[in-house]
Amino acid sequence: MSALTITPHKSFSPARVTAIASNTFLELVRLKVFYFLLLFALAGIGASLLLVSFTFQEQFQVIKDVCLGAMSIFTWLLAVLPTAMLLPKDVEDRTLYTILAKPVPRFEYLLGKLLGVLALLFIATILMSGLFCIVLYVYEQQALSYTVRSMQALPADQIEAALRDVRNSAFNINLVPGIILIYLKAAFCASLTLLISTFSSSWIFTVIVSAVIYFIGNIQWIAREAWENQVVNPSLIATLFLSAVSIFFPDLHIFTIVDDVVAGNAVPLIPFLKASALGICYTSFYLAVAYLMFAWKEL
Amino acid sequence: MKRSLLALLAVAIFGLVKLPFEAGLTKEFSKAHFYSGQLNLDLRKSIGQAAFIAAFSGFRSAVADGLWIRAHIAWEHTQWGVMKEYFDATTALQPRALLFWEGASWHMAYNASVAAMENRQQPREALRIKARNEYYKIGEEYLLRGIAYNEDRALLYDRLGLLYADKMKDHCKASWAYFEAAARPDAMAYVHRLAVYELARCPGHDAQAYKMLVDLFHKGKQERLPTLLKLIDQLQIKLDIPPTERIDIQADLREATPR
Repeated sequence: MSALTITPHKSFSPARVTAIASNTFLELVRLKVFYFLLLFALAGIGASLLLVSFTFQEQFQVIKDVCLGAMSIFTWLLAVLPTAMLLPKDVEDRTLYTILAKPVPRFEYLLGKLLGVLALLFIATILMSGLFCIVLYVYEQQALSYTVRSMQALPADQIEAALRDVRNSAFNINLVPGIILIYLKAAFCASLTLLISTFSSSWIFTVIVSAVIYFIGNIQWIAREAWENQVVNPSLIATLFLSAVSIFFPDLHIFTIVDDVVAGNAVPLIPFLKASALGICYTSFYLAVAYLMFAWKEL
Repeated sequence: MKRSLLALLAVAIFGLVKLPFEAGLTKEFSKAHFYSGQLNLDLRKSIGQAAFIAAFSGFRSAVADGLWIRAHIAWEHTQWGVMKEYFDATTALQPRALLFWEGASWHMAYNASVAAMENRQQPREALRIKARNEYYKIGEEYLLRGIAYNEDRALLYDRLGLLYADKMKDHCKASWAYFEAAARPDAMAYVHRLAVYELARCPGHDAQAYKMLVDLFHKGKQERLPTLLKLIDQLQIKLDIPPTERIDIQADLREATPR
């Protein structure tokens, strides 16, 4: 007769979180969410086809703006829509009860769900960045060969300077921190959506509230600056309104640096690291509040 | 209810803690020339509600590109006034994109000004010249406004120098603009040379320009271009430099002049 080995129950188990996260990720992949990449590729290639009569600098600028804008929209959609449906779907399928009936703490369940979405976002961001680089590379090669052809008669140093110009207009290393912040913004939106879904009654409500917070988050800095720089005596209502917007809403404007990166700005390291830390703090904080709401929720 | 209040309190405390951090971070990024787009009511009027909301939602540069493409279409129909409106909106949205300032200035100072001069519907030459000069001014204004947002970059100073030298025939201002370009870290190799050439053409700066031209001459063969040699020759005569101190440019000139 073999002895029965009983492993003590751990209050936090990374293995359990990983299992939930990988399941969530697989569920989302089965929803065929990656079809959006076709739209992304169409946006990138379509934008460049529109620009045949433009200079190569203009072409590169528009391709970069359109691709990064599309990346921003798609990551946001991927963060909000699947996350808004996670809890309602688990309740509907009764999966939630099956999981929570086992010794799985609710925090692990929420963390696993969020990590599944973050993994999906990560892969989507990598794939979009790859497609973006391919489109840029193809156009860079075309611009380089055109430059060489059209400048054949000129001295070598002038040709080299023109080629350098083309290369500088194409891929720029500063785009990488810009894309990282797009990912962090989406991660934070996913965490916020998870928080909303812990108390919302339907996934549509979650998506709408999340979209409203996204929009207000992009203009929160205006309210904050107005609140900080009040020179004349403002009314009490105005002060309350501005302070409430500044305090309760996140500043998403901080994460939107790609516009200026495409325009040629170099990303300073310290502010970039601070913005990344802020993104991680927001994501962790909203997850913690989501747990607070979910921990005692009657299911 | 208790839980919701607790969550609200947590969000408020977090909000108060993050507030100075966000404000500081915005300032740090602004110092590095980020977030310089001007989103105001004038812009809303010119780009429309939908585009304005898109610009506010983090798609400022994509909206700017859309307007730039529309300006390009207006150019194909030679609608200079419409173009200017689009250029104003584009540059307000993306003031750090040199391409927009440079393009807007070039279209106004070079294309619109020529169109004004060739306007057969205006029989009076004086009025055609007046219109042309106004377009030069608009081109200059774009570059000066662009420079205000891009003090750290050489390109717009270089284009301003070209506009002053080539179109407005103001060599003193052209020299100033080229010298400013040369002082920027991303200055092109040729701008210092052009600054000195323009200084040589600027009245009252002959001695200073001659000294700089000679310095360029002594830098080596690569600087001994026909314009430099001719300007040295002209100034040597004008300044009455003693024959023993004069630079003999003939051999270099023969070598530098393409046959």
